[in-house]
Amino acid sequence: MNDGPYSLLIIHHSLKKMETAIENKTITGKANLEVFSSILQELAAADRNIVVVTSDSRGSGKLVPFAQKFPEQIVEIGIAEQNLVGVAAGLASAGKKSFAVSPACFLTARALEQIKNDVAYSDNPVKLIGISAGVSYGALGSTHHSLHDYAVLRAINNITIVAPADNYETAEAIKLAAVFNKPIYLRFGKKNMPDLQATDQKFEFGKGRIIREGNDVAFIATGETVYPALQAAKKLEEESNIQAAVISMHTIKPLDYELLVAIAGRCKTIITVEEHSVYGGLGEACASFLLQHRDPSSGRAWGGAFKIVGIPDEYTVTGSQNDIFNHYGISGAGLATTALELMKKIN
Amino acid sequence: MARKSIEYRKKILTYIYGANAGHTGGSLSCVDILNVLYNYVLNVSPQNFSSPERDRYIQSKGHTVEALYVVLADKGFFPEEDLKTLCKYKSHYIGHPTKKVKGIEQNTGALGHGLPIAVGTALAAKMDNKKYRVFTLLGDGELPEGSNWEAALTAAHYDLDNLCAIIDHNKLQITGSTKEVCDTDPIDAKFESFGWSVQHVDGHDLNALIKTFDSAPFAKGKPGLIIAHTVKGKGVSYMENQVKWHHGVPDEKQYQDALAELDDKLTTMSNQ
Repeated sequence: MNDGPYSLLIIHHSLKKMETAIENKTITGKANLEVFSSILQELAAADRNIVVVTSDSRGSGKLVPFAQKFPEQIVEIGIAEQNLVGVAAGLASAGKKSFAVSPACFLTARALEQIKNDVAYSDNPVKLIGISAGVSYGALGSTHHSLHDYAVLRAINNITIVAPADNYETAEAIKLAAVFNKPIYLRFGKKNMPDLQATDQKFEFGKGRIIREGNDVAFIATGETVYPALQAAKKLEEESNIQAAVISMHTIKPLDYELLVAIAGRCKTIITVEEHSVYGGLGEACASFLLQHRDPSSGRAWGGAFKIVGIPDEYTVTGSQNDIFNHYGISGAGLATTALELMKKIN
Repeated sequence: MARKSIEYRKKILTYIYGANAGHTGGSLSCVDILNVLYNYVLNVSPQNFSSPERDRYIQSKGHTVEALYVVLADKGFFPEEDLKTLCKYKSHYIGHPTKKVKGIEQNTGALGHGLPIAVGTALAAKMDNKKYRVFTLLGDGELPEGSNWEAALTAAHYDLDNLCAIIDHNKLQITGSTKEVCDTDPIDAKFESFGWSVQHVDGHDLNALIKTFDSAPFAKGKPGLIIAHTVKGKGVSYMENQVKWHHGVPDEKQYQDALAELDDKLTTMSNQ
């Protein structure tokens, strides 16, 4: 655990650029899934060791064009996720940059033992790609939701866990994953995402990105929940003159402790947001760190107000991803309300 | 090589006895297969172990790692002396294969994992037009794992004739006979119907094993399966075909009796 001193973070961002991004309410971006597919095609054209392994999921993974262009670089397994991961591990052990692509719900549950042993324990650098993650499948129901993946994978040694927020983060994450020589899990959804690139802070695994500065309250969000957190921050500023920071904590493990310390040094209220069970995910990872952390000079714990927003321990309400987000308060309005209520408690 | 098989058995017993832990019966049933693989078939040595061209051996039945350790030590991958630390605090020589031990390709131990990894490795060889072959040893007791059958489909689908799976068919598992626990017979017909080419062999007849491995691939474009008929506990008469020796550890007297029996065999061999 990084117990480094509280420090002011040097923030490279342009306020103007940030405002432009937030004001642009029309979502013009692509689905992160589509970005994944197009970047992978670029990479595959230059490197024949890039190999996609799929479980009848090339359609849902937007990989049909990839399969057409690079028929020698795609391995179809059929619907057999355990085998998918084992085969991907074998390919990786023989020098292939294997991307095992399957819906996050099946990949991280059905094939969990293969992830634990064949990928993580054997240290085969497979890139596990969980598509249509979280509640992306909406009304298809609990069989198709992956609200457990951060939790189960966090408890497994030797695997990096990443949920990019927008097209930029997705593109960077895929490029980095291709040359990453360790096991990694990336997950994303299938809805169009706005561009959140409000800072010049470059993307690297294990380093959260400050999407918006603020000292009153901080939203530490991941994946597709960063956007509603940003909407909430905007609303809080407009309606209540509250300055909310928004962090894209795209890497859930290893967690950016340095950034957490910096944020905790500035904000008395922290709200984590994730498309995952409130158990075992980003929120509990942050809470665990903050509870154990002591400021090295004062010896004091953080002591602020903290709330984990995610999916409670129940089968989700039925509906689309948006319906589910709204129902559980993962929305601009819901998160703004949560922030106001939490801030009231400590003031 | 016949002498080696007996020496290996003595060492397996010695290190299991020393550690007071291990899978005795299965190690004794598969050790002749490992003898032929490492001393005749595989293009693998401590010198070429990091070469991409080397053959690959993945032990799916990871629990009989003691047989593999003894053979790898004999091949010079590490000093045999290291095996005195078997299953001891902070030793790399634990009860299942790990890559921390030189010569081991994959960490195994959970059953039903070796074949899918072997399929992926064989597929990579085909994609890269490399000549190396991939071998994996399965226990008959792990055949009910569904992942084996998923991988069997993929191996045939991609015409992986550079893949050879061997089943150590000793017909016993921890609870009893494989027939009683979950009858997987006929194994050959099942794999053949999945698109594999299958051979039977006496898994303790070194010449027959050599002949069988020499004839692989058994059919162009088909993955090969060798059903090696073996005896659990082979070589120690009181252990043979006794399920309790699946992971039974001999006491002092049993250990000495076993060594004496194996020494007798060595003496007989010398006199012939």
